Order: sequence, then structure tokens, then C-alpha cells
Amino acid sequence: MKKGNDHGKHKYGMVINIDKCTGCGTCMVACAAENNVAVRADQSDKERTITWMRLYKISNGKEFPHTEVSYFPRPCMHCDHHPPCVSVCVATATKLDFNTGIVSQIYTRCIGCRYCQAACPYGARYFNWWDAFPQDKGMDRYLTPEVSPRMRGVVEKCTFCHHRLMRAKTLAYTEDRRELEEGEYVTACTEACPAQAITFGDLSNPEHKVSKLIKHPFTFRLLERIGTEPKVYYHSSRDWVRKLGDNFLPGEYTPVVNQSWAEEEWSTKPGRDEF
Amino acid sequence: MDSPLLPHGVKRCSTWAFFFWTLPWLALLAWGGLSAFLCLWKGLNQTNMSNVFAFALWIVFDLAVIALGAGAFFTGFLTYIIGKKELKNIISTAVIIGFICYSGAMAMLGIDIGQPIRGWFIFWHANIHSMLVEVSFCITCYLMVLAIEFIPIILENRKLEEIKELRIFGHNLHEIMAVFAATGTFLSFFHQGSLGGMFGVMYARPFAAREGFYIWPWTFFLFVLSAIACGPCFTILCTKLTEFFTRKKLVPDSAIQLLAKISAWLISLYMVLKIADYLGWMYGVVPRAGLTFESFFREGPYGVYLVVCEMIFCGILPAIILMVPKARQNQGWLIIACLLNCIGIVLNRFLFIIVTLAIPVMPFDRFWGYLPTWQEWGIGLAVVGYGFLLFSAAYRYLPIFPKERELNPITE
Repeated sequence: MKKGNDHGKHKYGMVINIDKCTGCGTCMVACAAENNVAVRADQSDKERTITWMRLYKISNGKEFPHTEVSYFPRPCMHCDHHPPCVSVCVATATKLDFNTGIVSQIYTRCIGCRYCQAACPYGARYFNWWDAFPQDKGMDRYLTPEVSPRMRGVVEKCTFCHHRLMRAKTLAYTEDRRELEEGEYVTACTEACPAQAITFGDLSNPEHKVSKLIKHPFTFRLLERIGTEPKVYYHSSRDWVRKLGDNFLPGEYTPVVNQSWAEEEWSTKPGRDEF
Repeated sequence: MDSPLLPHGVKRCSTWAFFFWTLPWLALLAWGGLSAFLCLWKGLNQTNMSNVFAFALWIVFDLAVIALGAGAFFTGFLTYIIGKKELKNIISTAVIIGFICYSGAMAMLGIDIGQPIRGWFIFWHANIHSMLVEVSFCITCYLMVLAIEFIPIILENRKLEEIKELRIFGHNLHEIMAVFAATGTFLSFFHQGSLGGMFGVMYARPFAAREGFYIWPWTFFLFVLSAIACGPCFTILCTKLTEFFTRKKLVPDSAIQLLAKISAWLISLYMVLKIADYLGWMYGVVPRAGLTFESFFREGPYGVYLVVCEMIFCGILPAIILMVPKARQNQGWLIIACLLNCIGIVLNRFLFIIVTLAIPVMPFDRFWGYLPTWQEWGIGLAVVGYGFLLFSAAYRYLPIFPKERELNPITE
């Protein structure tokens, strides 16, 4: 795979404001309902349930009254540089679309070897250990018609609600437009979040809010130093949260708030509250 | 009952004794068959694999038996390409062990994938960037080569030899065996290597990730080297086990000692390179990911003791024993060293598979543990049962040890 992929015009991504996230789980529910994610009678076996969007509870590890708790909502990171899952796939069942930046999964081509799961450091890939939906319970009536349900024995993952992109594009074409407006295509989790903690858009479009948000010094990515270049960004004003976004050797982590340029750039300018 | 099928001039146990000997192995196969049926019918939920342990016991078994079966290609290489004549006494054994290991691994892989019917997609929709594709291509081709190498051994059966056409065919195959030995060496080199490469290229898993040469991580070369270091030891162990059960000397010491000596040099070289690999990884890949060696073993059942066992007790120790001529000439020490060498390789594969997956990469994730279900053990042990059955049948009906008659003259 060549370095510096020649991207098309679009590179969709999201910024999740952890300071706004309450950990309510609406994103998980919206995602599962929208994408026909299989459910089981007992969802407590977290090693084998499917949660494209998963919430991780984090804590600053301090004793009361200094305890702080927060949540990392974790969809697929749609890694932009050499996605670990893509190059390993034996049957070319997963691909990075250079026109959208979305890492796709072809369910009918996946042979279920699970090498991609082993290669993904985010645990964003899920295997269908069971048949997706009970045949006789009438659950098929609740399925989203635009999203194909998955069969047993294949791997699946967050697609950034790719069908919504298709829908938005179709609508734009019918209106004789070639470009989507900001907000025309957003994921189900973005739409459902009651705290509006998730911002979704085109990272390569300077007009989109996400492309501004990712330049903020409080914005970071998960496991950035491994070099996967995720297109999911996180935002937090709290140092301990940002520090949990990656592994650091003692003394390696530099708190952002101590950097005077950050204070000058971001703290004193009007409109700071937008972030 | 089956005496017309037995080789000339050698002693074999009675048919009934052989029948009772096969029973435990048939039981293992039945257990495996039931497990396989459940896994294919009900799905992989019959196992304790999970989204964390996407690879588990079967892949450990796979990688272990493939490494242990490396004796086949390496002995073939030494016999037919290098021209080590002594090894002609053990080459058939090595080929049969290799065939058992590879066919067993292929069968296990067929159950391990979630959609076995789509297995051919690996070849049809091959992703040339994937190390697993290289593994699949090479293993499939090499299994065919092993089957071809196995055919002349089968055709040496007393009854089959009576058929002129088969005898001529078998003899001609024997004549061109060097071609297959060379092909097997080439294929084996790449699949043993790509099995290592599979883990080394997982650059987002710092425990497994390695730097390397061009597109090949160091694990590529280390897996080849470790396989050819332990393969001959496994061949020696199997021969010694057969000698133990049959209470006969089957292979001249010269062949065993030559294999042991070659293995000694290879494992010694492997240990030097493996130590360099560990150091390079500890001071390169690991700190770059913001981690330390200790951070991999902070919690969970898989401690640093596994690395100590792999490197010291099952690496350096057998290397020393095999290097000292007096030690390797002693039966007890030879068997201990071979056993430790084989355990070391299994441990190495276990570390790369299970421990890699048990260690979380995200700092807020947890360490995981894994225990296989009876279905997983069933399928894994079925390969052992299959191995014992096939090898026993081969020993009983085929003259796989050319010196057996000479070493055990029948005096009546």
C-alpha cells in the first residue's frame, strides 16, 4: 500500500466531545437499530455481543471527592493510513474507500477468518457468533431496509452509516447537485446524541465544523502514535482524559494547558466557547 | 488376518493388538468429529473464542503442528538437495509426520473459519497484501507436494508392489523426488515465514509487531528458523516414541545424531537472533508505542514467566544440551532436549497468538483470559488421534524404516 493515499475530495470523520458525553448510551442504541445489529436474549456477554458503537467508562482513578468519570464512545476509527484490518484481509472483504475515507466491509465476501479482528487495536470489529435474528420472532419487521443483515460467521463493523451517504447522494442527484451540504449526511449516532457531543462531517472540507474542531489543541485521537491515523477524533479539556487516549512512557505526556500558545490561540479569542 | 499386507521380513503385532491400540485414537477422532459437527452445524459459538480472542486454541495448534511438521521439508532438503545419505533412513518418517501435521492443520482451519463454504474466496478474491493469503497458497500447494511425496511410500506396500504399473510409477516418482523436495523447500520457507509475518505485520498490536527487512518483519525469518530448528527434533521424538512402543531399534544412531547436530546449530543460531529480536523490540517498537516490556504483563494469567520458559528453559537449555556431543549421544538427554525444543516452539506460537490478543492496546481497556471449551479441545486432540492412527498404520503396513530389517533380524 502506497504512502500518502491520493484521497478523493471527501474524507468523512467525526469529533466526539467527551466533556459533553453523559454516557447515556443513546448512540449505541441508535447505531444498533439503524444498522440491524444482531441482538441476543442475553446481551451481558460483552466478549461476544456486537456493539459497533461501544462506550468505555473511564475514571481518573482518584479517591472521592476528587473522582471523575467520563466515557469514550468508540465506533470504528476508519483509519486513514494503512488501516490494520484492510491489508490483512485474505479475501479483500474490507477496503478503504479513497473517495470517502470510509473503511467498508463486504459481508458476503468475508470468510470469517477473523484476522482483521486480531489486527485491530480498537476492538472495533465484531464476529457473528450466532445467527443474526431469530427467524420466528417477527423481528425482521424492525430491520432497516437499506442495511443488509449479516449472516452467521462473518465479521462486521461500523460503516459510518454508509447507507445514509448513499441516500443523501441520491437526493442530491435528484436535485441536480453534485456536492452534499454540511449536515446532509450524518451518522445515526451523531443524530441521536442528546448532548450533541458528536460532530460529523467532511474533514477535508475547510468549511465543515469538524475540520475546524480537529485543529483545536484539546482534540486528540485514540492510539495516535501507533500511526493508524483514525478519522474519529476526541475532544476534552481535561488532561487526564486526553492522557488516556494513548500510551505514554513516564514524562512523555505534555499537558496542553501549560502551553502558552494554546492559551493565546484558543483561550482569548472570541468564539472560544464554540469549541 | 492382515499378514499379506505386512512388509516382508519384519515383525508386527497381531491384528487384535493393533485394533486395541487404535481404539483410544479412534475415540479422540470421534470426539473431534462430534465437535466439528457441532461447530459446523451450530456455529463457532460452540467455542470460547470471542471478539477479543479471535484466534485461539486451534490457531495455536495449527501453528504448532505446522512448525513441528517442518521436519518433512527440511529433512527432504537435507536428503535430496544437500545429499545427506544417512537421512534416507528417516526421510519417510519425516514425510509422513509432515503430511499428518499439514493435513491436520488444514482440516482444523476449515472448521475455524466462520464460513467454511467460502474458503475458496481466499484464492478467488486473494488480497496479495495479506500474509494469510501467502500462508494459504503455500500450505495448500505444499500439502499437494507432501501427498506426492507420500505416494511412493504407500506404493511400497507389499500388496501394491505386486502390481507392476504401480511399482514402476512409484519407482519413477522416487527418482524425481529431488524436484518435489526442492519445491517443498521453497513453499515451506514461504509459508513458515508468512505465518510469522502474519503476526509481525500487525503493527497496531505492539506485542506482536516487529520491524523488519523490506516487507518482511523479523518474525518472518524467525519463524522459518525456529521451525527448521524444532522440526528435526519432533521427527526424532516421533521415531523414539515408535521405538519405545515397538521395543525395536528402527533408525541408525548416525541419522538421529546428524539431525540432532543440525538442530543444535539451528536452535543456537535461532536463540541468538531471538534474543536480538527481543532486545530490538523492547528498545524499538515497544517504547515507540508508549509502552514498556513490563506493561504487557501487568495483569492476567499470562505472565513474564512464559517468556522466561520460552527463552531459557525451552530455548537456551536444549540448545546447550544438543550442542554438547556427549549430552546428545545420551538417549535421555537427547529426548529431554528435543522435547524442550518442541515445547519452546509451541510456547513461542502461544505468545504470539493468545498473549498478543489478551493484552489490551487502548489504555482504558482490560486484560483478558481464555479457556477453550470441550469442543475446541476435541478438534485439537482429534489431530493428535489422527496423527497416531495414520502413523501407526503407516508403520504397520509400509516399510517406512529402511533399516528395520537389518537392525532387527528375525531369528526363528
